[in-house]
Formats: sequence, structure tokens, C-alpha cells
Amino acid sequence: MQKKRVRKSFIYSKKVAPYVFILPFLITFAVFYVYCIISMVGMSFQNVPAHAWVGLKNYKIVKNAVFIKSLRNSIFYTIVSCALMIPIPLVLAALLNSQEMRAKTTFRSILFIPALTSVVVAGVVFRLMFGELPGSFMNKFINIFGAGPLVWLRTPGTVWLALFFICMWRWTGVNMMYYLAGIQQIPSDLYESAEVDGASRWQQFFYVTLPLLKPTAIYVLTISIFGGMAMFSESYMLFNGNKSPNNVGTTLVGFLYRMGLEQNQLGIGSAVGVIFLLIVIGINLVQLTMNGTIGKKKED
Amino acid sequence: MKKNAKVRSVRLFILFLIVAAITLLPLALLFVASLRPGSELMRNGLNFDIDWVHANFDEYKLLFSGKNAYFSWYKNSLMITIVQTALSLFLSAWVAYGFAMYEFKGKNLFFIFVLMVMMVPTEVILLPLYKLIIGMHLINSMWGIILPYVVVPMMVFFFRQYLSGLPKELIDAGRVDGCSEYGIFFKIILPLMKPSFAAMGIYEGMSSWNNFLWPMIVINKMDKITLPVGLQSLLSPYGNNYDILIAGSCFAIIPILILFVCFQKYFIAGMTAGSVKG
Repeated sequence: MQKKRVRKSFIYSKKVAPYVFILPFLITFAVFYVYCIISMVGMSFQNVPAHAWVGLKNYKIVKNAVFIKSLRNSIFYTIVSCALMIPIPLVLAALLNSQEMRAKTTFRSILFIPALTSVVVAGVVFRLMFGELPGSFMNKFINIFGAGPLVWLRTPGTVWLALFFICMWRWTGVNMMYYLAGIQQIPSDLYESAEVDGASRWQQFFYVTLPLLKPTAIYVLTISIFGGMAMFSESYMLFNGNKSPNNVGTTLVGFLYRMGLEQNQLGIGSAVGVIFLLIVIGINLVQLTMNGTIGKKKED
Repeated sequence: MKKNAKVRSVRLFILFLIVAAITLLPLALLFVASLRPGSELMRNGLNFDIDWVHANFDEYKLLFSGKNAYFSWYKNSLMITIVQTALSLFLSAWVAYGFAMYEFKGKNLFFIFVLMVMMVPTEVILLPLYKLIIGMHLINSMWGIILPYVVVPMMVFFFRQYLSGLPKELIDAGRVDGCSEYGIFFKIILPLMKPSFAAMGIYEGMSSWNNFLWPMIVINKMDKITLPVGLQSLLSPYGNNYDILIAGSCFAIIPILILFVCFQKYFIAGMTAGSVKG
């Protein structure tokens, strides 16, 4: 036994093996995350092709009107999409799970289908549905109510309508699935005892389902916040490029893309990236403290 | 009481019928459009008006005629999806095994790193990553798309969870039988991970197949671009772009729909894996 062990090379020892296992992660983490973040912070203080240090000059972009608009757009999109995508799928999940519901699995599958499509296919369809032609679907639809053809994608209000439609269409089914998974973990005797106590359907929903779905709702909130703040492709598809009229649909990532990749101003682009990173860290800190307090409540 | 339940049942059914109709409407529009010439779509807009007598599969014939780049994009996407899915399944399972089955110095810190990567949207480091990929001469290579995301933190998390449910005696038994540390992984653990591979494979395959922003940045040669990027490039209504765009969009969804119908359980498990963190 002893001899065998010695013969086995260093790399086969039980002490070294775990590091060999996690090595692929350590390499990609060091190269693609740590190095990139360091180089981004560095570039944000430089004039990039020349790599001359310019101090905080790149950060003057925070006063730029388009930057402010794109940040505001991203925040607005995030808030409204959270307001839509947390309660609506929850209610749908609760209704779908009720005893009287027929053909549960069929509806569940149908609602999930949009999640299979890429943002490109979704974008193509919605761009054409919200087309300016009088014959495009949305114009025909509002025509039923006597409203005239609209230039949907060139008017600020209706641009948002189209963006939220895409978001809801693609993610309602997935979020509903998260909630369904949560609901199915709630022990059924909780409902039985609530019924014995004379609780109505609505009371059961508010006092049993809702509190127990809090962890799921927080998870959905988290992915909605990050998805919302990082939104770019939906807007890119809807406007066929990173070029919405008067920047009505330019997002934070869209602005970063424009600075860094379209105008080749990597210094300014990196400054935007650093600001984005700080926002993400801020959201995470809020999130972690929230989770912490929830953890404590559970222990009581 | 019984009547009440019946009314409720009908009302619920109608509500979900409406929701399902709205869900399927955009795809139905796309399919109807694929049965008429693109020029008509350009003139009249996307809607359900169709003269069923003249409905035809000409757009699909054009798609399959080989006079366009569609299938080379399809092939590129297929290739990248297969390589990326296989590689990231293997490497993420490899890493997860290290985290799940061993005690070692720095384990907690390294796992915090995994969580950190999970909590930062990849768009944040878009620019430095692009610069790095240029520096590594991986622009216009599928490795430029794949390498930065080859270890997927979500999958490491999921696999680690799955592996910690397996009895550790399995590993000790393997050691007694004379397996090396790596032999245990290949001979004992990998076969046991098959069910979790199905769910995660679909998760990764879907995100790779549908990925848009990063492949658009890494690849700029028309013959090397992926399917989503290629479809996006057809959005300007010149020539017969719209014919290929519409039929091509349909044809990009159909294989996934077929897979979905066959392997629904794994699709749903994979796509909603994130929430089973507990």
C-alpha cells in the first residue's frame, strides 16, 4: 500500500486532486473575470488607443445627456418589468394549480414555448407586428376600436409597450414555472387545516401560498433585476440596430456598446462598464442584506 | 357547491385559453407569413390576412435552394452549440465534483468566486473581454465565443448540489477497489450524473443556440456568423431577405419545438434549474 502511494505521482495525491478538479474554473475566473475587471478599471482612467493616463476625464460621461437617458431607460425598464413579471406569473401559477383546472400540463407547456425562441426570432416577429404599415398586426388590432395607425417604434410611449410585450411574452411562462415549483413544495395539509379553520380561497392564497412563495419571488426578483439592467438585445432587434430614434430605446448596455464598439472609445466605454459594475455590486449588497434578514426570520 | 366548482372550472379554462392564444399568436403570425411571399409582407405588414388558395411553401423552397448562406449559419450554430454544450457539461461537472467531494484549503473562498461570477451579468465586462479576445487572436473563431463561458457557474452550482446528494461511500469503495482520484470520477461518478446532464445539457444547448450579443461581437465574417446573428442581418428588407428571414425563423424554431415535445420534462427542469437553490 505504502509503495503504491509513493509511486503514484504528485498529481494523483488526494491533497492535490481537488485543485486539479477546480483548476478549469480557477483559470477561466482569473483570465476572463479578474483580468478583465482589472483591465477595465485601468482603461477607464486612460485614453485608450494611446494608453495615456487621463485621470477621471472618462468619468465626465456621467454628465452626458445620452448616458443619463440610457441609464434612466434601463432603470425604468427594470422597475416596470419587475412590477409585471413578479405578480402576473404568480397569479397564473396559483390559478393553474387549482383543483378545478383542466388540462394543466397542456397549458403549462404552451406558456413555456416562447422561452424556446431566441431573442432574434422574438424580435423579428414583434418588430413586424408593431410595424408602421396600416396592415401590420397591432395597427389592425387598434383599428377594431377605431384608433388610427400608429408609428409604434418611433413614439416613446409605444416603444415601451413593445419592449414590455416582448419581455412578458418570453418570460411569463418561465417565471410561472418557478412559482409552480414553489407551490408544489407547499405541504397540502397546510391548505387542509386552513380549510378546516374556514379560510376562503382568497384567504388561503394570501395567508398560505403567498408567504411560502417569498423565496421564489425573491429569486424571480433577482433575475428580473439583472435581466432588466442588462437588457440590450431586445432593443437592438426592435430597432434593427443600436439606433433608436432620439435614443428612446437606448439602454445602459446599448450605450456601453456604442461607446466601446461603435465609436471605438474604449476608455469611456470602460468607465461606463465600471459604473455598471458598481451598480451591480450595489444591487447585490442590498440583495444580500435582504436575504440575511429573511434567513434570521426563518430561524425564529 | 358542485355547480359552483363547475362554473369556476369553466371560467379558469377560458382564461387560460385566452392566455394560450396570446402566447401562440406571434408564432402563428410568423408561420402564416412564411406561406406567402416576402414582398407581400413588406407591402401589407405582418397580419393574418392570407389567401389560402395561394398559400405555398415557396419561401421554404428558396431556403433549401442553397442560393443563400442560411444553412452555413445553421451549421455554424449547430457546431458551436454541440462543442460548447459538451465541453461545458464536462468541465462544469469536473469542477463541481471537486467542490462537492473534497475538503481542501480555500474551498469556501473559491466557491464564493463561483457565486460572484453568477451575480455579475456578463455584459458588464463586454469591452475588456472583447479586447482580450482580440489579443488572444480568437476573433472570428468559435473558440472566442466558447472559451470565456466554458465553465458555467450555474451548472457548477447545480451539479454540486446534485453530487452532494450521492453517498460518499461510493468514493471510498472506489478507492478500495484501486481507482485513482480521477478514475473514480470517470468510472463511478459520471455514469451516475446522467439525469442531471440531460437537464443541464438542454439549458446550455438552448442558451448557446439562441445566444446573440457575444457571437455578434466575436464573429464579423459573413460565412462564420451564427444563425441568430445571420437572421438579424436579414432584417433590412432588400431583395428576398424577408423570404429567408421568415421561413428561416420558422425553421430555427421547429427542431427545438420537436425536441421540446419529446423531452419536455428535461426542458422544464433545465430552464428552471436556477430556482432550486433552496
